[in-house]
Amino acid sequence: MQEMVRLERLTKRFGDVRAVEEVSFSVGRGEVLGFLGPNGAGKSTTMRMLTGYLLPTSGTAKVMGFDVVERAREVKKRIGYLPEGAPLYADMSPLALLRFVGGMRGLEGKELERKIARAIELTSLEEVAHRPIDTLSKGFRRRVGLAQAILHDPPVLVLDEPTDGLDPNQKHEVRKLIKAMSAEKAIIVSTHILEEVDAVCDRAVIIARGRIVADATPEELERRAPNHNAVRVTIDRERAEEAATALRTLNTVREVRRVEEVDGVATLLVLPTNGADIGATVSQLLHARGIRVERFAVERGRLDEVFRALTANAAT
Amino acid sequence: MDVVRTVMRRELAAYFATPLAYVFIVIFLALAGAFTFFVGGFFERGQADLESFFVFHPWLYLFLVPAVAMRLWAEERRTGTIELLLTLPASTFEIVLGKFLAAWIFTGIALALTFPFWIIVNYLGEPDNGVILASYLGSWAIAGAFIAIGACASALTKNQVIAFVLGAAICFLFLMSGVDLVLAAFKPWAPPVVVDIVASFSLLTHFNELMKGVVSAATAVYLVTLVACCLIVNTLIVELEKAA
Ligand SMILES: Nc1ncnc2c1ncn2[C@@H]1O[C@H](COP(=O)(O)OP(=O)(O)OP(=O)(O)O)[C@@H](O)[C@H]1O
Ligand SMILES: [Mg+2]
Repeated sequence: MQEMVRLERLTKRFGDVRAVEEVSFSVGRGEVLGFLGPNGAGKSTTMRMLTGYLLPTSGTAKVMGFDVVERAREVKKRIGYLPEGAPLYADMSPLALLRFVGGMRGLEGKELERKIARAIELTSLEEVAHRPIDTLSKGFRRRVGLAQAILHDPPVLVLDEPTDGLDPNQKHEVRKLIKAMSAEKAIIVSTHILEEVDAVCDRAVIIARGRIVADATPEELERRAPNHNAVRVTIDRERAEEAATALRTLNTVREVRRVEEVDGVATLLVLPTNGADIGATVSQLLHARGIRVERFAVERGRLDEVFRALTANAAT
Repeated sequence: MDVVRTVMRRELAAYFATPLAYVFIVIFLALAGAFTFFVGGFFERGQADLESFFVFHPWLYLFLVPAVAMRLWAEERRTGTIELLLTLPASTFEIVLGKFLAAWIFTGIALALTFPFWIIVNYLGEPDNGVILASYLGSWAIAGAFIAIGACASALTKNQVIAFVLGAAICFLFLMSGVDLVLAAFKPWAPPVVVDIVASFSLLTHFNELMKGVVSAATAVYLVTLVACCLIVNTLIVELEKAA
């Protein structure tokens, strides 16, 4: 995989505020990187350094081999950037804005019109293309911001909360668009929505208080969840205590919790030791004792729990 | 150069996207007319020239030009579009230049719309059109200097009102530095060289030369240097904020 973006110990301080501290990671062609972190973690600041809006205090970042400070113009040519909140010239129409951005990117004539048509189509802006941006809804504005970022079909896309403020259908469309473009590009997407990481990202970097606390695939992150591979079984209430005691004797089981009791049935949450795969063992044990299982589910572990665990640690 | 033109076109379009531009032009024309006829005594002077018209321009510009320049950067900062603009592949100087040219052309349009005055004097008598042309150029040059100063002030803040007040104050200093009142503050302690330098900063002195139809090298160099310095300072201000 060709490396397209590389950050090395990138650091930004605003006076005493350490917004970004020695952040290093790289993104390759065909990769969608989810950039996560709580509010104020330093996501936008990192993206701003990458796109040349802010200068790093120390450390380096390279885009397609060009240093973001030394060769800012070369870098900017190769990046499509959606800033946080999608700031746009409110008095312009989407079409006029795209013409302006295209002009700034050295596009003109037929090629410019062709690229504008393509960007408008990809972001479904046809019906509002001629209306002033300040009369558009938040969702449409976000899409104008996105259209502007993909206009020149850049090899690197940096999108700061691209789905913020979109309705579920629009979110889905934007994710589909990101997925569709990802094959040839390196894409960095910041988000607060963890399901988005599952839906579009190949990798997630989590930062908290300016520092990276995790850099892994979504699956790897899920594995770190406290209830990854936990088994949830619903059985006859009469036999719940017996089953719990028996399950506790297994050395692959860390803990058994009785989580719910309704209408003569009880639900047990069986937590494995070190995330071991205990589904089959639990099922066999219950079967051997002749305990009828009403419902049986293996949990994957939820990203938001991992997120909370990782970012809460950094806060202390 | 393409980038400069693209920025300039967008800025110019932005002026006319709101009624503000038309309001500005109307105010400028109305005030120019009022000053010329009522204060300047255009008819009473009984001379076929536009001196009574041009003589008030620096004072009109003092309030109107900072109002034109105030939005150039402050508005971008307030709405956050500056992040979009500065992450496009252009150098900061190109953007500074594009914005300056747009505002300057806008004042040029307002100035050009005073052509009826020129028609009137030519109808009433036989003025020296060379002097009038020099005066027009001089007037536009003063507007350019004020724009460049106002743009710097605008880059310092996201508040347009502050940008306006700051811009107008600096313009006032440049305008007045040749006046006795200001020079008197320097004379008691500063060596004569310094006093001369301060005096030579005066836009008013140079403008008066231009109004007489005298286009001297000193004046041209002074104005070009002033504008160039302001554009460079403007660029530095924007660049420094990146490193904040
Ligand atoms: N221009 C600035 N001056 C001073 N401090 C700043 C500036 N920009 C950001 N910060 C601080 O830097 C830290 C990181 O901010 P940043 O906007 O990068 O966070 P974020 O991860 O994008 O948050 P969010 O999820 O809310 O968008 C915050 O503490 C913020 O207050
Ligand atoms: Mg942010």
